[in-house]
This record gives sequence, structure tokens and C-alpha cells, in this order.
Amino acid sequence: MSGDGLLVAVDSPVHRVPAQVKLVALFVFVLAVVSTPAAIFWAFSLYAVMLVAAVVVAKLPATVVSRRLAVETPFIVFALLLPFVATGPQVHVLGLHLSQSGVLGAWNVLAKGTLGVIAAILLSATTAPRDLLAGLERLRLPATLVAILSFMVRYLSVVSDDLHRMRVARESRGYTGGRVGHLKAVAGGVGVLFVRSFERGERVHLAMRSRGYTGRMPLLSVSGATRAQWLEGLAISLAAVTIAVAARVVSL
Amino acid sequence: MSGPAIQVERLVFAYPDGRQALFGVDFTVERGERVALLGPNGAGKTTLVLHLNGILGSVAGGTGSGRIQIGGTGLHREHLTEIRRKVGLVFQDPDDQLFMPTVRDDVAFGPANLGLRGAELDDRVHEALVQVGMQDHADLAPHHLSFGQRRRVAVATVLAMRPEVLVLDEPSSNLDPAARRELADILAGLDVTLLMITHDLPYALQLCERSLLMDGGRIVADGKTRDLLGDADLMAAHRLELPYGFDPLSVPGPERS
Repeated sequence: MSGDGLLVAVDSPVHRVPAQVKLVALFVFVLAVVSTPAAIFWAFSLYAVMLVAAVVVAKLPATVVSRRLAVETPFIVFALLLPFVATGPQVHVLGLHLSQSGVLGAWNVLAKGTLGVIAAILLSATTAPRDLLAGLERLRLPATLVAILSFMVRYLSVVSDDLHRMRVARESRGYTGGRVGHLKAVAGGVGVLFVRSFERGERVHLAMRSRGYTGRMPLLSVSGATRAQWLEGLAISLAAVTIAVAARVVSL
Repeated sequence: MSGPAIQVERLVFAYPDGRQALFGVDFTVERGERVALLGPNGAGKTTLVLHLNGILGSVAGGTGSGRIQIGGTGLHREHLTEIRRKVGLVFQDPDDQLFMPTVRDDVAFGPANLGLRGAELDDRVHEALVQVGMQDHADLAPHHLSFGQRRRVAVATVLAMRPEVLVLDEPSSNLDPAARRELADILAGLDVTLLMITHDLPYALQLCERSLLMDGGRIVADGKTRDLLGDADLMAAHRLELPYGFDPLSVPGPERS
């Protein structure tokens, strides 16, 4: 991995879709998924098929996607607890007493969560951080927020290097001290890190003013997306909206 | 516009906490000159160069007095944009200077603030990157570059504004010998007035015919770099030391090339 954010650097049709189109597509897709009634199982399998197709077209390795799915773990734990803690009519599976609404609730969380996370992985793995910023800018996100995100992208590695150096310095001087001691040291370290980062911020501001900064960041993006690119990028999301509407009608 | 590239007269400055850093600084740098600014830590060198483009001093609302002229233009609030274009400041830590997501965005930051757009802006960025030999790295993020490469990009960010005066704060610090030499080649090939803060005395001798020696907020010596470095008493009085075995009289300097 090149370490350029979460980007998987290959060339694919999905990589070439402009970032603002992908951002809108993700947003619409997730809205469609969450508004689908949980009991309409065929809708979710259609979503899954479309997402898997997109992952294949984007040439993302299955191992990368499954590894990044790990962020979902806390929700999975919560979902697996639901059938045991929810009340209402019970079903018996392998000798276990499970709540019916709990099982459906767990499925609801699991299916929608997994689909949403895979869609987000698709976006983050096919878009460079800088393009993502340019896309947010095209979508009229306030310039100050874009600037804050851009500084975060730029200085995350600098700050984490600082943190790493402080840990090495601590341990080189024989610091052990177990889990609690480590937490204490990290808490102190965070204070030092804040001061360091604050001072760096002041120096960066000086450097910006030296190059004529007057309070407005120059724009990152130059060109918009064409109608064809919008249609291509939104294809799955629009299909998802159609499915969601159909599922609503069926469940009435 | 005429007049010397930099003219500083009776410059006095104290930080807001009351610590006085400059006690009356006078010097003039002619166009095309390369001047090294030498002196021990805490002499006020960085404070002085931050005055040259109006970051510190009375223009920026600080306490101080004195007069600064850059290429014949007085340093006043209404000329600040022009002065900051004329004086390109390269900071010591490239991580402070490179704050945009990619090299290209960063080099474009200055010219974009000057109002350049589109193809003109792209040309300017490319030209500056070619000057430092980094044109093949335009789309990389700064943290993917080596330290020497980052220092060169930092120089390019300033060159993109086509400055008349290039001011560098310790350009050779933290560089390995090869990167240090590459940067010297780049700096020697630039057609601008150069003012360079450095503790690297051989570097000063290699690049700059003239040197200013600063200590305690004053200019204490001004002359040929070779004469200053050869004056053992002066050097010892201001905590300057040559590297072991280095004889300033035995090596070629810029005056011969």
C-alpha cells in the first residue's frame, strides 16, 4: 500500500467517475437502503448483487474489502445481542429462545449496516483524498470546512509521526509501566502533542501569509462532471431508489 | 522601480512579551547579490527575515520602528501584497511550508493568491517545479517525499511567485550531503537576489560572496564571506566555529566562478 489514504491505486471505470458524483451516489444509495422495510428480503439481495458488481468493476481485491469491513464489528455484536434481549413472540432455533422482532431487528441492522459500509469502502478505495476534497468543494461544502479537512489529510501523518517519536523516546528511557501507566503517559503525550501541533499551526499560518494568503483558499477543482458521468455514477443509486420504492409498495 | 533589492534602516523590534530582538539593524543588499546571514542562535536572524515581507513589525501591528524598502518600494500596509510577491520566504521546516494535499496544489497556492488561473497557473507551477527538478512529483502528497525533496518543493512554492528576493532560513539543515549539494546547485543557478540564514559556514562560503554577521540583535560585521570566516577573533567573539579541518582560504568560492 502506498499509504495514500485508503485509495487502492488501480485504474477502473469506478476510479474515473468524478468524486462529487460518487459522493452523491453514496448518499442516495444509503438513503435508499435504510428506507427499505427489513422484511423485504429480495430488495436487499438485489442491493448486494449491485454492490458486488460495482466492487468487481472497481477491481478491488476481496481481501481488502473484507478486512475493511472490520469497522462494522461493534454493530455486529450489538445486532447479535438483539434476539436475546428483545421482547415479544418467541421462536425456537436449536433449543434457543429468540425474540421474533429481535431476529428481524438484528437482520435489519446487519443487512443495512453491511451494505452501507461496503458502499463507503467502495468510495474510499476508489477516490484519492485530494479528489474527495475537490468533490466536496464542488458540492458547495463551505470553504472553511474543506480547508480544515485538507489540513487534516496533510498533517495526520506528521502528527502521528510525532506521537510515534514520543513513544520511542519514552520507551528508550526504560519506560514500562503496564497498561494503566501507558494510558497515563499517552494522556500526558496528547497534551504535549496539542501544544506542538498548535505551534506548528502558527508556523503554517506564517508560511501561508508569506505567500499572499488573505483568508480565502484557492479552489482545488477546475472542471465539473458531464451529464454522462452523472448518469454512469448514479446508475446503481437510481436503481436502488427504484427498488426501495418497489419494496415500500409491496409491503403496504 | 529602482533602488537596492533590500534596504533596512534603523530596524528595532520587541516581541509582545517585551523581549527585544532587534536593536537597530542597518544593511543594504544590491540586486543580484547573494548574501549569507550568519550568527549564533538567538541573534535575531529569523526575526529579521520575518520583517522583510511584513510578517512581523509595525506593518503587522507589532511594536517596532525603522524603515524597510524592497526594490524601491517602502514596506507599508497598502503594499503588503506586492512586497510578499517580491520577497519569497522559505521556512526552515518544509512541513510548515507544504500544507496542501499535493505538491502541485502547494506550488499553485502562492500564484493563485496573486490571481493567476487556468493554463497560466499550470505553466507557472510547472516552471517552478522544473527549476528545482521536481516536475515528475507534482501529483504526490508531500509526506511521500524525502526530506531533501520536500525542501526543494518548498523552494519551488516560493519561486512560483517569481520573487525578486529569495530568503532562505537554514536551507541546508537536516539534509544529507548529496541533497545539500543538489540544493546548492539549484540555488547557484537561480537568477534572483539571495539572502540566506545559515549555520553551515562552508555553505555560506560556497554560495555567497558577501556575509552579514548578526549578534544580539545587531549587525556586527559586514564583508566578504572569506574575510569574515578567516577572522578567528571575530568568529570566536560571536560563537561561530568552522568545521574541523576547514580552511576558508583554501577552497574556491563563488567569486572565482
